[in-house]
Amino acid sequence: MSEVKFSKEHEWITLEGDVATIGITKHATEMLGDIVFAELPEKGSNVEKDGTAGVVESTKAASDVYTPVSGEVVDTNQAIVDDPSKINEDPEGAAWFFKLKMKDQSEMDSLMNKEEYDKFAKESAS
Amino acid sequence: MEIKKTSLNKLHQSNNAKFVEFAGYEMPIQYSKGIIEEHKFTRSHSGIFDVSHMGQLFIYGDENLTVELEKIFPLDLKNLKLNCSKYSFLMNEDAGIYDDLIITKIEQGYLIILNAACKDKDFEVLSNLIGKKYKMHLDNNRSLIAIQGPKSVEILNSIINGVDKLHFMTGNWFDFDNQKLFVTRSGYTGEDGFEISISNDKAEKFVQNLIEKGAQLIGLGARDTLRLEAGLCLYGHELDINKTPVEANLRWAISKSRLSNGGFIGSKKIMNQMQDGASQIRVGIKPEGRLIAREKTKIFDDKNTPIGEITSGTFGPSVNGPIAMGYVDKEFSKVDTKILLEVRGKKHPANVCTLPFYKKKYVKGAN
Repeated sequence: MSEVKFSKEHEWITLEGDVATIGITKHATEMLGDIVFAELPEKGSNVEKDGTAGVVESTKAASDVYTPVSGEVVDTNQAIVDDPSKINEDPEGAAWFFKLKMKDQSEMDSLMNKEEYDKFAKESAS
Repeated sequence: MEIKKTSLNKLHQSNNAKFVEFAGYEMPIQYSKGIIEEHKFTRSHSGIFDVSHMGQLFIYGDENLTVELEKIFPLDLKNLKLNCSKYSFLMNEDAGIYDDLIITKIEQGYLIILNAACKDKDFEVLSNLIGKKYKMHLDNNRSLIAIQGPKSVEILNSIINGVDKLHFMTGNWFDFDNQKLFVTRSGYTGEDGFEISISNDKAEKFVQNLIEKGAQLIGLGARDTLRLEAGLCLYGHELDINKTPVEANLRWAISKSRLSNGGFIGSKKIMNQMQDGASQIRVGIKPEGRLIAREKTKIFDDKNTPIGEITSGTFGPSVNGPIAMGYVDKEFSKVDTKILLEVRGKKHPANVCTLPFYKKKYVKGAN
């Protein structure tokens, strides 16, 4: 599996073969608070880089989830739809959002590595 | 304009509060544990709420003041006993609501608790009505602390002996640290609890005492989910100057004895609406599934005709599901009416339901 990469919209992404797994970062969940609703893209649909690919809602507000790369949705994580609190519990592990079959793996290149993202998250939070 | 801070601001900071601006005040929206845990802690134990941003309006006067206030509020104030409270409204001539409030008869006159965002306007409205004859004072030297939840009576009574004798919507003066504070058994969470009016310089010490006894600070985020589960209106959402108490389904708060003769501001409109019904009315709404319908969500009937709008909507932690309130055309206000809510461009099924979502646990007295 590839190194974990991160987007400015606070998504994380890993790549295995040509299938990317995408979720939201721990930092994002801390900003959102208790997540109580999740909506995921439909299996078989195509999503475009930086386009919306879902929604999460906390007790306070709704936020769009973006996809950091383009591709076809090949799997979604029903467990976080059934129990959205799982997203707060393990955002960068068990609570992944969706898997994409990527078209253009070079889209990964512009994303941040962990060190860069941690710095970005710290700066954007202050 | 500089943001205002309550006397508990430092205490909120040291408890890792996340702050938001609310009605010109820097207020805690939540603490480290988050809204859901704070909500559940209040329901199961005891939560402390800083509501010092709310207005504490003292109006001084004798029985003539009571006569004057009956021309303003739809209440039977002549029969309101000393230290007893009523929920009411300040209205305009069209029965539009300037504010919803709690009015308490005290020895020197009345104490009225007002919403933070409305208090200055309320003061202006009331000053124009009675300010020439009666002394009025919006007291900024007092903080207002609410303690809510099943353990609150035991915790507060261990600090202020005797508060356990109060019934819901009654109050009295008690001593704390050589000072007088006014305690009422009331609140806005649906739980048993108290609100304490205390001088600013004693507020932090008082709250520290409550924390030592096991109560915890709760932010405005959980206050909102708690009041919504209890089916209680929030000014600026369910209530505003374009809504009347009848439309807001709050006719229970209008004293029966005042309905036959009227004589209060807005009484004509209220009496007409009581007779003919209002064209729109506030209802409880339960979305199907987990979908949350927020404020301003459009409501449709099953033929896609618009019939109303959501005024508050969130996830209810104790209900463990989405809940909402809103206004619908009166023919759709019956419980179990199927409606549609438009969220992110799609229509989702929901049902009109009874309020509250969570049964209130008030400790009521004989009256």
